Amino acid sequence: MRRLCKGNVAVVKGAILAGCRAYYGYPITPASEIAEAAALYFPQVGGTFLQAESEVAAINMVYGAAAAGVRVMSGSSGPGLSLMQEGMSYLAGAELPCVIVDVMRGGPGLGNIGPEQSDYFAMVKGGGHGDYRNIVVAPASVQEMAELTMLAFELADKYRNPAVVLTDGFVGQMMEPLDLEFRELRPPDKPWTVKGTPETRANVVTSIYLETDELEDHQRMMEAKYLRAQEAEPRSELVHTDDAEVLLVGYGIVSRILFSAVEALRKEGIKAGLFRPITLWPYPTKSLAEVARKVEKVIVVELSNGQMLEDVRLAVDGKVPVEFYGRVGGNVPSVAEIQQVAFASIGTTV
Amino acid sequence: MEAESVISAGEAPPKAERREPAGPAVNEGEYEVIHSKSPVFYDLYERKTELKQQTHYCPGCGHGVVHKLIAEALEELGLQDKTIIVSPVGCSVFAYYYFDVGNVQVAHGRAPAAATGIKRACPDKIVISYQGDGDLAAIGTAEIVHAANRGEKIAVFFVNNAIYGMTGGQMAPTTLVGQKSTTSPFGRRPENEGFPIHMAEMLATLEAPAYIERVALSDNKNIMKARRAIRKALEIQKNGSGFSFVEILSPCPTIWGKDPVEARKWVLEKMIPAFALNVFRDRIPSVPKIEVPQRSVTEVLELGAEVEENSTSAARHVHHFKDVKIKIAGFGGQGVLLLGQLLTEMGMRESLEVSWLPSYGPEMRSGSAHCHVCLSKDRIGSPLVSQPDVLIAMNEFSLRKFAPEVVSGGVILYNGATLPADFAAPAAQVVAIPAAEIADKLGSTKAANIVMLGALLEETECLSSGTAVTVLEDKVKKVELLEIDRKALSAGRLFIDDQAHLGAVSQPDGFA
Repeated sequence: MRRLCKGNVAVVKGAILAGCRAYYGYPITPASEIAEAAALYFPQVGGTFLQAESEVAAINMVYGAAAAGVRVMSGSSGPGLSLMQEGMSYLAGAELPCVIVDVMRGGPGLGNIGPEQSDYFAMVKGGGHGDYRNIVVAPASVQEMAELTMLAFELADKYRNPAVVLTDGFVGQMMEPLDLEFRELRPPDKPWTVKGTPETRANVVTSIYLETDELEDHQRMMEAKYLRAQEAEPRSELVHTDDAEVLLVGYGIVSRILFSAVEALRKEGIKAGLFRPITLWPYPTKSLAEVARKVEKVIVVELSNGQMLEDVRLAVDGKVPVEFYGRVGGNVPSVAEIQQVAFASIGTTV
Repeated sequence: MEAESVISAGEAPPKAERREPAGPAVNEGEYEVIHSKSPVFYDLYERKTELKQQTHYCPGCGHGVVHKLIAEALEELGLQDKTIIVSPVGCSVFAYYYFDVGNVQVAHGRAPAAATGIKRACPDKIVISYQGDGDLAAIGTAEIVHAANRGEKIAVFFVNNAIYGMTGGQMAPTTLVGQKSTTSPFGRRPENEGFPIHMAEMLATLEAPAYIERVALSDNKNIMKARRAIRKALEIQKNGSGFSFVEILSPCPTIWGKDPVEARKWVLEKMIPAFALNVFRDRIPSVPKIEVPQRSVTEVLELGAEVEENSTSAARHVHHFKDVKIKIAGFGGQGVLLLGQLLTEMGMRESLEVSWLPSYGPEMRSGSAHCHVCLSKDRIGSPLVSQPDVLIAMNEFSLRKFAPEVVSGGVILYNGATLPADFAAPAAQVVAIPAAEIADKLGSTKAANIVMLGALLEETECLSSGTAVTVLEDKVKKVELLEIDRKALSAGRLFIDDQAHLGAVSQPDGFA
């Protein structure tokens, strides 16, 4: 049955249903409810919640727990995620699965606590050192906050890689009905873990490969894994794209506004469609390219000065014009604002 | 592994069987060469790419000795199968070449944090955090202090050789005053770099640690003390008693530019005077337990069906519902966000699609608060209400700020006896409701938001007041407050009803 739930709390509910029993984190607005819900829920179901001394420590606790084979997570916002980048690079290098939630806020620096989508580069392109990827999912509703967190755990284990739930202050703070049923997702067997048992005694978890060839082999193996993910995992939602002439592209909270804008534009007789990436890495490049081929114009909307824009341009590959509209600083465009952008773009006035 | 009473690594002897440990019976000055090593070490160091029969440590390096003491203690205590060694960044980064136990290599300085994650996942296993001075006392200062303060049931072996070895001899936090390094070429200058840091003493100020000792690899007698300290730390963990920390003053002949014998002498003559050997803590900490109830996932996550949707008698036909967008605004403390949540909950129980979006800010006094509520029979796009059908303004500031946003033909409900004299009403129905006064008379000013809820329901009929009562009954736990809320709800409805009879307001268009 449906229950009213905050986005940040839904993340934790999804995590527990995914079999996650360890949370290490540090408070930060607008992500603190994740830690608070984890503090309330995890110990009651036999799990671990620990408020670490910093995000640096938290991500390394995640590293240890992941090495020991448990499903583990952390959650934070931009400044905290910056501190976690070292650890995330190590996690990727050591092939350790975990889920990290980034409830994006305004930046750079301390910025503000309003919603932004300006961590796209850091999370999707990899903000830490070295050649690695994060798997990134982008929920747009409270229901998806739970469901995509569950998916993130599955993908993290499937590819032995960190997975990021990339969301923003609005989706984290808003309440919507959440419909969850009890299910028990069991982590797969992880014979590579280090658990202090005779069976795992010979195992080592490390990201250091001193020999050049050895490190190259390791990186080639990781790259092969990433290519597999790029084939199998891109996800997106298409709304009214069949006959669309103007294609709006946005993720997370922006996609919600674009959804309303598409409906409003259609009432005005404009054939608008919505392309919503659900995975940001791997990016749904193929499906976007396919949809974009049939439209006259693509408009990318983000709460940034144009980050996902680059991936859209790569997918569209110059076939049709790609325009951009962004709001930053914690400002979020209204539906009417997006309508105006679309009108201006196609040379129509209301 | 080349301590003076210890040889090893040359040949790889058959595993498992080995001598009884020599124990304290070895007299100083006597040399007993033992061509065997603990089975806690690999026979052959296969993870190395070359020279698989010897370690990568320099002759006379303390790491070899510490490795040996740890391996022997694990062997004696029968812990090999249960042990996980967390190796740091530094010369001992490759501890996993040698120890035939579970191994996890971690980022610089973070071994105590990673060890925490491992130990919490495997509470009955033995977790060792092996760290050097740069790792533990510089970049990882926060991690070690907080792991100690939490009383993590791990053993930390801290190899202090007053220098960065692997990176080629830079200054460490434990470098002695005047000691030269590549980054203190004139000698460590306290006015520039401060004094050597005393980690054992610092950690001994904390409540949680069970055992803290500083030992030295300066001579056989002290090595035997180190051996006992390492064994004790592991015993403490085996018994689940708490956090233990052994700081080991250790020679680094290569970087110090000394031969192994001189290096030991330097530990004895220079390091020990600067870092006193002592047992700083040796007691089982008393840790109060606060119980956490254990419940099922279904219970904790509230997955069971407790409330039925459409359970109220006033359930409507959803497909006739006309979407409503509501903005509620006022001061923090006026129940603005709560009123929005109540409306959202009510909408959900009437089987509508609903969303609630708060303005969120730092937790500061006297801030303004507002929230957006969408009620719809269809999928909700933007949860942001920029053009509300209804504005509930709990104060004048909010009225003036948000009234211009209200759609033509919308409704504005204002918490006040009268509208401000100079207020230019937009093309919406504006009703002033003395909600605070009404609530005050009912016994709690805080119920003003519920008066406004009553007014909203009576004015717009967007949701049923029956649902409101059900939701209040579920959400308001205190009986006396619930009673006030019930009255407030009725009072709000009655106020609008009276106004309507007086002809003061008319039903706006758009709501059915």
